[in-house]
Amino acid sequence: MEILVASAIGVLTAGGTYLILRLRAFPVILGLALLSYAVNVFLFASGRLATNMPPILDKSGADVSYTDPLPQALVLTAIVISFGMTAVLVMVSLGAYLERESDEINIPHPDDDLSDDTATEDGK
Amino acid sequence: MNHWIIAPVVLPALLAPIIGYVMRHDIQLARTASVAGNLFFVGIAVGLAMLASTSADPFVYRLGDWPAPFGIVLVLDRLSALMVLLTSVLALIVLIHAIATGWDRRGRHFHALFQFQLMGISGAFLTGDIFNLFVFFEILLIASYGLMIHGGGRERMQAGLQYVVINLAGSTLFLFALGTLYASTGTLNMADLAERLTQVPVEEAGLVRVAAMLLMIVFAVKAAVFPVQFWLPGTYANAPAPVAALFAIMTKVGAYAILRVHTLIFGPGVPATHGIAEDWLFPAAIVTIAIGALGVLGTRRLMPLIAFSVIGSMGTLMLAIAAFTPQATTAALYYLIHSTFAAAALFLIGDLVLARRANERLTAQPAITENGLFAALFFGAAIAMAGMPPLSGFLGKLLVLDALRVPGEMPWAWSAILAGSLVTIVGFARAGSTLFWKSTSIIPHPSADPSVDEAVPPPPDHPRAIALAPSMTAIGLLAALAIFAGPVTNYVGQTSAQLFDRDAYVNAVLHSPLNEEPNTKIIKSHDDEGHGDEADAAEEHGEATHDEGGH
Repeated sequence: MEILVASAIGVLTAGGTYLILRLRAFPVILGLALLSYAVNVFLFASGRLATNMPPILDKSGADVSYTDPLPQALVLTAIVISFGMTAVLVMVSLGAYLERESDEINIPHPDDDLSDDTATEDGK
Repeated sequence: MNHWIIAPVVLPALLAPIIGYVMRHDIQLARTASVAGNLFFVGIAVGLAMLASTSADPFVYRLGDWPAPFGIVLVLDRLSALMVLLTSVLALIVLIHAIATGWDRRGRHFHALFQFQLMGISGAFLTGDIFNLFVFFEILLIASYGLMIHGGGRERMQAGLQYVVINLAGSTLFLFALGTLYASTGTLNMADLAERLTQVPVEEAGLVRVAAMLLMIVFAVKAAVFPVQFWLPGTYANAPAPVAALFAIMTKVGAYAILRVHTLIFGPGVPATHGIAEDWLFPAAIVTIAIGALGVLGTRRLMPLIAFSVIGSMGTLMLAIAAFTPQATTAALYYLIHSTFAAAALFLIGDLVLARRANERLTAQPAITENGLFAALFFGAAIAMAGMPPLSGFLGKLLVLDALRVPGEMPWAWSAILAGSLVTIVGFARAGSTLFWKSTSIIPHPSADPSVDEAVPPPPDHPRAIALAPSMTAIGLLAALAIFAGPVTNYVGQTSAQLFDRDAYVNAVLHSPLNEEPNTKIIKSHDDEGHGDEADAAEEHGEATHDEGGH
């Protein structure tokens, strides 16, 4: 199970990183979603992987085998936050796309359009 | 427990939805509520700063009265009180500027987002739990996304998209760091982490060191330290100017987090992570200064110029922080207060100037109304930012230089700061003379071909006193910071002494007599078992790491 979880985190992270480096809005959104899945699984695993164990101690406290409940709470928080953030990201990138008719993340160099003007002014 | 400690978080948290839902159709009502709330916030922050200076020990606020490390705690010490006070004063200045210049009407929900932003920032300064720090980071970020794209427009949306993407990637990294930290120590409470990490032997500390470095990268993204500073010029230059001025505190959130986490948790005296932050932060800060200075010299637009000067000041700040000694931290805190107001003043003045010019290019254009007044204001803010006397930038840099007189560091640090200051002065002088002096020799001729300059200069507008007041206040505060440098240095000196007293912090959070109150007895008895289990888990994991290392 450790190998499965570890390689799942690895594949998700690698895919997410690759997609973010594409620098176009849609792949970047997908990439960040993949990264957040990877980090959720990672957080989950940070409480040790255990199967068929309750997340609480039993009444007597004699049986100390339990699965750590805290990472589950952390993952829940992280899921909620990343879900909200993804929604914001989709709206912002949609807004940027509608304004600019292009889904590239990079901004064309802001000083590019200056050279022509400077030339005109020097020419005067 | 003093309930006022949570007020800086609760007040904006309550105010923001009320402004957002109830007052969304009435801008005057929203403005009144926002300013009133902010004034109250300043009052609370002053009270908290006074409270924090009454005792050498930090004040602990246990949420839900759960004892640490099981519940989340807020911790008020001198540093967090100082940062909250700085936030509140800056916010008031920025808010009045935004109202006076009408920025808050150019989009929706400015005031609600502004309050949410304040909630996130003060929460980040107050929290004593590192996962809670992540949550407050997300709150301040999501509010800043809204503020960043306030008013819309092509460039701004595009820059906003970049800003959102880089910060989402940063948040993911933050979570990876927290997961690693929890897996190797079994706790997320900062005081508890501090206590446990001193017991981690050096040879088993691989994962902890990874977490320490990951956290530093995350905070460096916020603080705009090389190599993750690239997002800042585009964001700050394209954000609405009052928002950029408010963002002056956002970079300081990153600086605060590095300072807090790498003194308290991975601090000096922890063998597992000894020297890890210093070794990387010091050269990175030097490169950051260089990038800032070159950017100031190279850019041909006003707002990017100011943004690059912010990068340069963050480099200087980080250089002082990277020393991790009480004296250097004192200098860093003084410079932090200074650079926050200096950056805010520059952005606000830049906004007033740009509102009266056709575009933000640094070329000679017809003189604006009240040219002399704006020239004087720009001059004042620029010499503060560049570090010239008589304003506080000079004293701040002097303190930093004085604190870095360590043989191995001094040649690098001194030449970086001094050369960086010189280049920044040249850049600002060139920009200022183009903006204000060369402009007076150009007479506007209305018959000129309008196609040469696509944007027509805005009509002459005499600035109202209320529009000038915020930037003048910011410069006045810089002057006050220079005049009262003695008392301020004294206060920040005590602050950094408290910051380096890790045992006092840990004892106040974990071992305070309040934790032994009768109604918490039952929880206390479980407490010990919990400790045992988590310690076992940590040990198990330590062995696992060790084995992997062996392979």
